[in-house]
Amino acid sequence: VTPSEGAGGGTRRELEMESVLALGGLVLLRDSVEWEGRTLLKALIKKSALCGEQVHILGCEVSEDEFREGFDSSINSRLIYHDLFRDPLNWSQTGETLPGGPLGALQAMCRRTHPGPVTIALDSLSWLLLHIPCTSLCQALGALSRQHAHPGGGSPAEPLRVLGLLHEELHGPGPLGALSSLAQTEVTLSGTVGQASAHILSRRPRQRPAHQTQWFSILPDFSLDLQGGPPLESQPHADPHTASVDPTAHVTFNLHLSKKEREAKDSLTLPFQFSSEKQQALLRPGPGQATGRIFYEPDAYDDLDQEDPDDDLDV
Amino acid sequence: MFPELNNLLNTTPDRAEQGKLTLLCDAKTDGSFLVHHFLSFYLKANCKVCFVALIQSFSHYNIVGQKLGVSLTAARESGQLVFLEGLKSSVDVFFRAQAAPHPLQFLREADAGNLQPLYEFVREALKPVGDGQAAWRCPVLLVDDLSVLLSLGLGAVAVLDFVHYCRVAVCWERKGNIVALVHDSGDAEDEENDILLNGLSHQSHLILRAEGLATGFCRDVHGQLRVLWRTPSQPAAQRDRSLTYQYKIQDKSVSFFAKGMSPAVL
Repeated sequence: VTPSEGAGGGTRRELEMESVLALGGLVLLRDSVEWEGRTLLKALIKKSALCGEQVHILGCEVSEDEFREGFDSSINSRLIYHDLFRDPLNWSQTGETLPGGPLGALQAMCRRTHPGPVTIALDSLSWLLLHIPCTSLCQALGALSRQHAHPGGGSPAEPLRVLGLLHEELHGPGPLGALSSLAQTEVTLSGTVGQASAHILSRRPRQRPAHQTQWFSILPDFSLDLQGGPPLESQPHADPHTASVDPTAHVTFNLHLSKKEREAKDSLTLPFQFSSEKQQALLRPGPGQATGRIFYEPDAYDDLDQEDPDDDLDV
Repeated sequence: MFPELNNLLNTTPDRAEQGKLTLLCDAKTDGSFLVHHFLSFYLKANCKVCFVALIQSFSHYNIVGQKLGVSLTAARESGQLVFLEGLKSSVDVFFRAQAAPHPLQFLREADAGNLQPLYEFVREALKPVGDGQAAWRCPVLLVDDLSVLLSLGLGAVAVLDFVHYCRVAVCWERKGNIVALVHDSGDAEDEENDILLNGLSHQSHLILRAEGLATGFCRDVHGQLRVLWRTPSQPAAQRDRSLTYQYKIQDKSVSFFAKGMSPAVL
């Protein structure tokens, strides 16, 4: 289902991308080598932070500086970075390792939250999946949402959402299926030249899952710029370098006729066309033209036997 | 160093970028010309280079280096180049006292564990020297190649962990660069190699992929090179550009041309 066009399109599109965040629960961002998803993750984090939420980030793949790069200070102050990048396996033995390894770090995150809505970003789930058994990871993710929904067994608390970046190519169908069954929303990134698109699959409780495709680009300050469809100029050509060579540009003959030329062409009678004037001209002998006459002079050896004209044929 | 490749990548030894991971990948062809390019490039750029060479001997790289205008012997003597010759030192692992850790220690272990000793070696080799007698520009780690580590019994995750730690030490702490070659077997059966290749692709800022021609061997076109930039900071127009060129390897250089534009064809 593509977003609607027309006057209400802009606000409608806005709502669809918002719904990724509004639904809560686990949001999977599935990216690929060609279409990386960290910028979209950062854009969603910015959106959450602007709503006044606290954002916990479990960073495994990029350094804290690199992750915070591009956010302004008001957003950076809302981000809490749990650093699994510098020394995840305790090889350096600097004492900076998060206690309990990756799994412990994940479990600790659910306890360290504060009242109010919280977003947890996992950068990336792929790294965690390569280092933690799939079942333990799924249990931890499940516990994360459950524990937060009922802090101390009380009433359901503020919504918690977990944004997990997942590099699709790294995992087999088993782990991918397990994670997607846990997820409320799945965002799969793809695109054509210069234009990213997100295929959003959202599962609302007691409803059929909804599919949407959203074209977007991300501005340098990590705000989302949503578009109605793919850019028109990039659709017909897959590669900008092979594009736009007009085969009719340098031909040696004329492909098109002007109005005048067309009239001249239409008025011309072609030699094989047989018209009534032509017929009359052929049937009526011209004024100076004599009737035809055949002159014949018999050869010396001609056989002029009237009785058997075929005598010379030797049959 | 191939000037034409520098032009394609819009770089020169004087203004080499820092903190980047470049992934070299070859499929159905030999991508080692890329390794030779980056080795001579960084030596000319006056960078401190640690070269983990697991495929060829020192003299092989030296001979090719001389053709490209760098002397590996001189660079090693001056301390600019730290060369780990995998072919030789793998034998040392078995004929030395077990106490001292060896970079390729994993060869000796029954259950191939991790590459921490190799990482320690790289970290030590690229440690900044304090005496200031030789001020190298930035540290560079070059690996030829990572796929062979899988063949030696390590898992893809162990190799990815090794690259992860090297990224922390070289790219992040010391603002240096990493260049690593991985083969793409193109074989769906080799899951470990696929995990390694895709895992590294997700970490890298630039991917150079050399591919053999789909139509088979050709005398005048040796293959095609795909360039994929993954740096998010670059403007979208340039970042999303994946370029494909064809190349021909000559004696001392490589010429690149647009697809179908080989001088032999035109």
